[in-house]
Amino acid sequence: MKRYFQDVLVLARKDLLLELRARDTVPAMLLFVIAAFVTFHFALPSQSSDLAAKGLLWVALVFTALLGLTRAFVAERNERLLDGLLLAPCDRSAIWLAKGVAVVAFLAIAEVVALPAFSIFFSGVDGATIAGAVLADVGIAAVGTLLAAMASVSRARELLLPLLFLPVAIPVVVGGVGASVVDNPGRYLGFLALYDGVFAILSWASFEYVVTE
Amino acid sequence: MITARGLSKRYGSKRVLQALDLTVPRGGFLLVTGPNGSGKTTLLRICAGLATPTGGELEIDADRAAIGFLGHEPLVYRELTALENLDLYGRLYHVPERRERIGMLLERFGLWAVRNDRAGSFSRGMLQRLALCRALLHGPELLVLDEPYNALDTEGAALLDRELASLRPERTFLVATHDPARLAPLASDRLAFA
Repeated sequence: MKRYFQDVLVLARKDLLLELRARDTVPAMLLFVIAAFVTFHFALPSQSSDLAAKGLLWVALVFTALLGLTRAFVAERNERLLDGLLLAPCDRSAIWLAKGVAVVAFLAIAEVVALPAFSIFFSGVDGATIAGAVLADVGIAAVGTLLAAMASVSRARELLLPLLFLPVAIPVVVGGVGASVVDNPGRYLGFLALYDGVFAILSWASFEYVVTE
Repeated sequence: MITARGLSKRYGSKRVLQALDLTVPRGGFLLVTGPNGSGKTTLLRICAGLATPTGGELEIDADRAAIGFLGHEPLVYRELTALENLDLYGRLYHVPERRERIGMLLERFGLWAVRNDRAGSFSRGMLQRLALCRALLHGPELLVLDEPYNALDTEGAALLDRELASLRPERTFLVATHDPARLAPLASDRLAFA
């Protein structure tokens, strides 16, 4: 078990180092989410409620995550680098977990900027929204990483990932919006935690079959 | 070490390997030859564990940690330096005395001076040398090499000749090449695809 987590750490560190060098995913996510807020700010009528704005916050977060996920396996897809990782004697689910950790890190960075920006453009975010975002990040990373790996081996990957990801992200939007707008968000946060658990187990167990040729 | 019976591989409707039988004993050196698209690379990918056969049986008496694979791509991250790439693989293979082993290989393959340069700045020949370092890093028992001389200059090819000759007595080899004459003295058996 210790060896498994050592492998995850090594692989996640590699992904973070690659992003630090290339800087092509996080800046794009940041620009996208801010641009989305600016667009929504002008698109929403001035008398719109906070509830509508909270809904748009979650739409923006899910599409920002989608942008990050489309880049998740770019390094491995180019020049078949995934082969190099598959050859290594580590459990193949460690590749999924490490990539998921990197995706969570990128989403967290995007949200550190996005949530205060949302407060400026619309209204403040409360603790339940932040808790919802943290739980949503885990679920998005769990299922999104698996789907990104599936899409990365397809020729129509740019089309395939949104088609696969958006339907399974609907519960994240439902849970996130619910946690953001109701007085007692516990039920929705519990729903997001359940989503995380179910999809993490499914993705962990099925990753090996997704990447096997 | 490798035994295949009736090995087949299809990609959709395209049949790449059909009912292939082969045996490579421990310490053997199988030279695989044939024209482009004849199935050499597919066979090597299956033996390295990168692809699964669609038919037949394959037994390999070595786990993933004991296989060194060199394919058409160098399998190194362009944004990482030569040292960082080998360190990544060294950690994943849990290579003992990793730093010393990496240093020794970089020195041997003439890459020590550029160890801190990003792989993206390397020529194709240098990438092939780095890929050879990667494939040999964990001291594999079974070496699966697909066109190992690809892109190497005269000096690099001579270096690889010496390396393969020194490893030959204690390793098992499965090598695909378009230049069988070069490796013929080392080979114990030959498989020619039509």
